[in-house]
Amino acid sequence: MATIATRRKSVAVNPLKQSQPLGSALAFLGLKGMMPLFHGSQGCTAFAKVMLVRHFREAIPLSTTAMTEVSTVLGGEDNVEQAILTLVEKSKPEIIGLCTTGLTETRGDDMQGILQSIRKRHPELYDLPIVFVSTPDFKGALQDGFAATVESIVKELPRPGETRPNQITLLVSSAFAPGDVQAIKEMIADFGLTAIVVPDLSLSMDGHLDDNSGSVTSGGTTLAELREIGSSVYALVLGESMRGAAEALQKQFGIPYEVFPSLSNLDAIDSFIEGLADLSGLPVPEKYYRQRAQVQDAMLDTHFFFGRKQVSLALEPDLLWSTVHFLQSMGSEIQAAVTTTKSPLLEALPVESVTIGDLEDFEQLAAGSDLLIGNSHVASISRRLNTPLYRMGFPIFDRLGNGQRSTVGYRGMMQLLFDLGNLFLEQEESHAKH
Amino acid sequence: MKLTQGKINELLSESACEHNHKKEGKGKNKSCTQVAQPGAAQGGCAFDGAMIALVPITDAAHLVHGPIACAGNSWGSRGSQSSGSMLYKMGFTTDLSENDIIFGGEKKLYKAILEVKERYSPAAVFVYSTCVTALIGDDLDAVCQKASEKAGVPVVPVNSPGFIGSKNLGNRVGGESLLEYVVGSQEPEYTTPYDINLIGEYNIAGELWGVLPLFEKLGIRVLAQITGDGRYRDIACSHRAKLNVMICSKALINMARKMEERYGIPYVEESFYGVADMNRCLRNIAAKIGDRNLQERVEILIAEETAKLDEALAPYRARLKGKRVVLYTGGVKSWSIISAAKDLGMEVCATSTKKSTEEDKARIKELLGKDGIMLEKGNAQELLRVIAQTRADMLIAGGRNQYTALKAKIPFLDINQERHHPYAGYVGMVEMARELDEALHSPVWAQVRKPAPWATAEPGLAID
Repeated sequence: MATIATRRKSVAVNPLKQSQPLGSALAFLGLKGMMPLFHGSQGCTAFAKVMLVRHFREAIPLSTTAMTEVSTVLGGEDNVEQAILTLVEKSKPEIIGLCTTGLTETRGDDMQGILQSIRKRHPELYDLPIVFVSTPDFKGALQDGFAATVESIVKELPRPGETRPNQITLLVSSAFAPGDVQAIKEMIADFGLTAIVVPDLSLSMDGHLDDNSGSVTSGGTTLAELREIGSSVYALVLGESMRGAAEALQKQFGIPYEVFPSLSNLDAIDSFIEGLADLSGLPVPEKYYRQRAQVQDAMLDTHFFFGRKQVSLALEPDLLWSTVHFLQSMGSEIQAAVTTTKSPLLEALPVESVTIGDLEDFEQLAAGSDLLIGNSHVASISRRLNTPLYRMGFPIFDRLGNGQRSTVGYRGMMQLLFDLGNLFLEQEESHAKH
Repeated sequence: MKLTQGKINELLSESACEHNHKKEGKGKNKSCTQVAQPGAAQGGCAFDGAMIALVPITDAAHLVHGPIACAGNSWGSRGSQSSGSMLYKMGFTTDLSENDIIFGGEKKLYKAILEVKERYSPAAVFVYSTCVTALIGDDLDAVCQKASEKAGVPVVPVNSPGFIGSKNLGNRVGGESLLEYVVGSQEPEYTTPYDINLIGEYNIAGELWGVLPLFEKLGIRVLAQITGDGRYRDIACSHRAKLNVMICSKALINMARKMEERYGIPYVEESFYGVADMNRCLRNIAAKIGDRNLQERVEILIAEETAKLDEALAPYRARLKGKRVVLYTGGVKSWSIISAAKDLGMEVCATSTKKSTEEDKARIKELLGKDGIMLEKGNAQELLRVIAQTRADMLIAGGRNQYTALKAKIPFLDINQERHHPYAGYVGMVEMARELDEALHSPVWAQVRKPAPWATAEPGLAID
């Protein structure tokens, strides 16, 4: 059981946290033909866009209602309307994801009312789904915005239907990268199950070349698939932050669910594979025996380097949970854990204390560790503390391949073992030389 | 500085900005007053612009008063480099919560300034307001003044809520804060007849360091860099310079004009890109300073540097000759980069004139020749169409258009602020030539354009 510390200070120094709308945009990007729209001033969109572009190295569709001082005072209805009409004309989205910002939440625009009256005035928008999420910048963090968005999507789009015994719904939190989603989908397919994934970043942000001109997302969960979610027999839920969305599905369609907070340690992966076998009624394919034997061998080879190492982490709650368990399962110890936002997971984390704070807190707490784990902003701390950094989370702008990397399943876990193990190994070698 | 509508209008209609005159009385040019349209995706806000202008002051703390998005989604992302203090790379924000918004954020801001002073001993604290703190009516100026008295360090308010307008307006808001609170607030230890300020050069990718040695060789002292690799104290003393040199930017023209009015410092507008422009820049500075001897030294330096450069560029010129480029960038850079490309024997077949003034456009016309296309407005599709139409070999543009080019499998060179390579001065020309050559002649192009062999073969014909 961890105690949760919140630093009492008036200034955040080197923020770890990003805003809810950014998380919302990230979730929306996993839907096909999507154009996310921020209801705020143009900078809100520009900053989020730059971050996403730097992380994924992809063109990112994102648009703004371009609120001005005058429209802020008078109300944003005209701007929302004009933005939607312009997008429909110019980008032809199959779906629009609308989220608020600090500016429009402070003003208090009645978004449901605005959307209703726009729809009334424009019957031509009848078939265009517009998913709305409230994402004030002054509350929560990226993970919360992402979770709220998935919840809005599953509340608004699925329709009831007859249950299909082989169809499951997979809800994926912001802790999982496009490469992770791809790996998880393969596991599910290996059991003869069809998964509707919300959101499916593995089809849009994986970095691939196609003929799409790039004004909306080129891939992701389709609207047709989202409509069919009501027919799923079960929901597999990856990441605690997805629980709200899972409960919404259960309430609406009676779909039972199970939450898997991690897929990066042996026990967690075993129980996921076992779950897939139970759901499908099929035996576990031979290849997983092999992969499991490989990861166990890798654990033996690498455990010399993980054992008793002091690791400090600065990650969002879901990713923090999964990484802490991975490290502890290898014999490493957690020196410091810093995170961005509240989560029911934090108290249950098997460490002494978790700090909801910034990277200034992290730098103080992490001094003397053997390894740091966090986003690219931690790189300068890593230099100052002369401690190696393993990059995880968002944004990672000084490493290539963020659309593809995977740390889940036996294979992803094995990669994680080797990557971290090599960092420890390198450190020991360089110490030995002195 | 109180941010009134009058102040905003003044900045928008800056009289020294060419956008606003040479219009034969026919209303204002839209460039300065234009606002983003709902449904668009381009461009930052005034807050972004103010940060761009001021964050390169390296020994200051830059504190953002607002909710997490404004700093959390943007800190540490500027490409401006420092030869000393790294304080400017740190992100400081009051990270307002719902409670702060209900009860007001002034107390938190006051404490935040004192905490920053206490823990990081900055030369000064710049405090930026944002949409939310402007909306809830926090009195930035009053808090900054009080905190400054208490902390004993300059605290400069920058009234820059994003919703007042574009990035460009934000640049000027930043300049206004410097004029009102910083410039003229300290005195230099000594002055020389060869003191100049650089204005509107942000030391992206360390560009300034390719140019400063030239000034040093000539005996010209750069008193203040406003703001690339800048120091607070230097800028505070910048009113004692003999000449302001505006670099490649209309962004801080309000500073140049007002410093001329207040301190009698004349200004010239120059560019560091391309041989011809670099030569002209040095000649103009020497002419303005009005020292015959300096002018002679400039001629000698130019002769030396261009001879060295010709030698260094020879192999690239051979490989770049006749290559056709489409250029998509803003303002002064349009003609400035055309001239650099021409120096390398490349052909510019189209360019944007989006943020260019009438004078820029005239220059562009002259450089492009009669077949050149001037793009007034453009989006991804339009750019690709022009590239196809002109059979261009590559696109030179800002990072925003990088994926437009790459996804269409067209070589691309980043010319704007996110780039990693310095292109300024004579040494920058060699760097640019190398980058152009690399982009154009990379072996990847043939491979990424090649369809899968089995996809083109007709069924049944693949096996002979």
